[in-house]
Amino acid sequence: MVSAAAVEAKNVTKIFGVGQDGVRALDRVSVTIRENEFFTLLGPSGCGKTTLLRLIAGFDFPTEGEILLYGQDIAPLPPYKRPVNTVFQNYSLFPHMTVGQNIGFGLEMLGKPKAEVDARVTEMLRLVRMEELRNRKTSQISGGQQQRVALARALAPQPKVLLLDEPLSALDYKLRKDMQIELKRLQNETGITFIFVTHDQEEALTMSDRIAVMSKGHILQVGSPREIYDHPAERFVANFIGETNFLKGDVAGIAGGKADVRLAGGTAVAATLPEGFAPNGGVTVVIRPEHAQVAPAGGRATLNGTVENVVYFGTDTHIHLRLDEGGEFIVRQQNSRDRPVTVVQGDKAGVLIGDNVAQVLRD
Amino acid sequence: MTAAREVSEAAERRDVRNRWYLTAPALIIIMLAAIGPLFIMVVYSFLGKGDYGGVTAAFSTDAWFGVLLERDIFDDTLGFADAHMIIFWRSVRLAGVTTILTLLLGFPTAYFITTRPEKQRDIWLFLVTIPFWTNLLIRTFAIQELIRRDGIINNVLTGLGIVDEPLQMLNTDFAIGLGMVYVYLPLMVLPIYASMEKLDFRMVEAGYDLYAGRLAVLRRIIIPLVKPGIIAGSILVFIPALGAYVAPALLGGGRNMMISNLISLQFGQGRNWPLGAALSITLMAIVMVALLVYVRNASRSSARAH
Repeated sequence: MVSAAAVEAKNVTKIFGVGQDGVRALDRVSVTIRENEFFTLLGPSGCGKTTLLRLIAGFDFPTEGEILLYGQDIAPLPPYKRPVNTVFQNYSLFPHMTVGQNIGFGLEMLGKPKAEVDARVTEMLRLVRMEELRNRKTSQISGGQQQRVALARALAPQPKVLLLDEPLSALDYKLRKDMQIELKRLQNETGITFIFVTHDQEEALTMSDRIAVMSKGHILQVGSPREIYDHPAERFVANFIGETNFLKGDVAGIAGGKADVRLAGGTAVAATLPEGFAPNGGVTVVIRPEHAQVAPAGGRATLNGTVENVVYFGTDTHIHLRLDEGGEFIVRQQNSRDRPVTVVQGDKAGVLIGDNVAQVLRD
Repeated sequence: MTAAREVSEAAERRDVRNRWYLTAPALIIIMLAAIGPLFIMVVYSFLGKGDYGGVTAAFSTDAWFGVLLERDIFDDTLGFADAHMIIFWRSVRLAGVTTILTLLLGFPTAYFITTRPEKQRDIWLFLVTIPFWTNLLIRTFAIQELIRRDGIINNVLTGLGIVDEPLQMLNTDFAIGLGMVYVYLPLMVLPIYASMEKLDFRMVEAGYDLYAGRLAVLRRIIIPLVKPGIIAGSILVFIPALGAYVAPALLGGGRNMMISNLISLQFGQGRNWPLGAALSITLMAIVMVALLVYVRNASRSSARAH
């Protein structure tokens, strides 16, 4: 089922400053965010993800292009006329108001009657499980609680789209984990479209329905977490999300969306191609460390090398190999009682690569 | 154990003593410069008046009666000193109006400066403080020069044919207001700016995001958050404006006496030092009451504004 488009950006360019000093924060970005989905803009700082969010919120206006909300161009509307609410990175709670007043502020500004505002505030406080803190000042509650108030405040007016600007970055690890689950729950319960900005790939993978990976003002790839992780189309995406092995090779033939790539060591692997990409000649292939297995040298092994380092991580072990044809390759093996890691530093070892794990990059 | 305690207690005593030594100069200055004169004023207000100024060493409450009551020069009956009350009220009103006008002008000015790029702000602040560089008297004469009947403004206006007759600006309430606002505006702008500079403008964005229009953001978010600056600025303007002397005398033509004129009269031609002292203390009391009422109201309304 394909749901309606909640937000569409069409060829959006944003330049800060003028003339030669202008900084191109977004460069002809087009993306469609569907109704009711948890959509994440993922990228390092300065990639333009927050700029895109601010354009949707209305705090900045695009230099070129248009932004549609349910098909309507919202570019000329000031932020207070857009049915969109934001959870700010630093929460931006009003310090001169209580928790309840903060949550009710949006509804009050919309001119709702007091009884309705009060009822909705009660409902929101229940939703974020903070009923007993209604009359506290925002300075008297903890960071995690402030976070939940900010969420409740943004959700109270029932926006069509909720924008979240790195809302979890100020929390410690444990709280962040809890809030990730909480956010996902809230999104399911409210059915509101969430647009979430983060630089944390793990956060993006665990929470999102779809992810857009951004770099230097461009969206490089949009897809489900699984697509992004298993089939990165660009070097940047492969590098930014998770650990990856890069191997050079030559395309020997293409059949059924897969390329037969001959690696430098002489063996061949079947590698998935990015959509609409049919290379010939030299390509780069990526293989996730956990998708490969250590095997005895020679024989069926796709790659051969020497074990340089074995690092124990508790749940799994990383085996660093120096390949015979040059370059490094990392295999991540889950630790289990039945199949302990037996290789040690200095061993000759091979690497097994399955048929469905290699991915060709678009570069 | 006990030895350690003795040592630590000795160190503490030494600390306390050193603190007193260090604060002594400031305390002495405060005693001499602030409390001393005040004390003298209180004492003088309870003494008899000398025939040629000064005081006589006899206890008398005449001065305090004189603040409220006056003896009719013809039949010697006591009457209510409504002239004093009118003068007090006129001064309070002038100070109040000045405070409101400087607030109305100073708030947008402070907002303007705060929203400039950081490098430019210093230049704007510097410009705001320029009036302080020149002596008050000279500045007031300069205003006189601008607005008098054949002054620069009237010459330009008549020269351009905008008005046929020169406008009467000097010696009007307008002139007093102009002079007062000009003198006290920086005292309003600077504290409001100091508060506003600390204002997190992301709060303003949050307000817009939650459907508050410009006016609602100003009323519900910006003003409550810079309220300390508004209070400080109002106090800094109101108090000296209450004792304003130069602007009413030079720009208002001295037709309407202010408290400060009245007080200076008692110490000068009036030769009634005790009355002057009593009037001064009354002025101080008015200031204190006004401040208490104002600060209480301000903090209560900020607690109520939800």
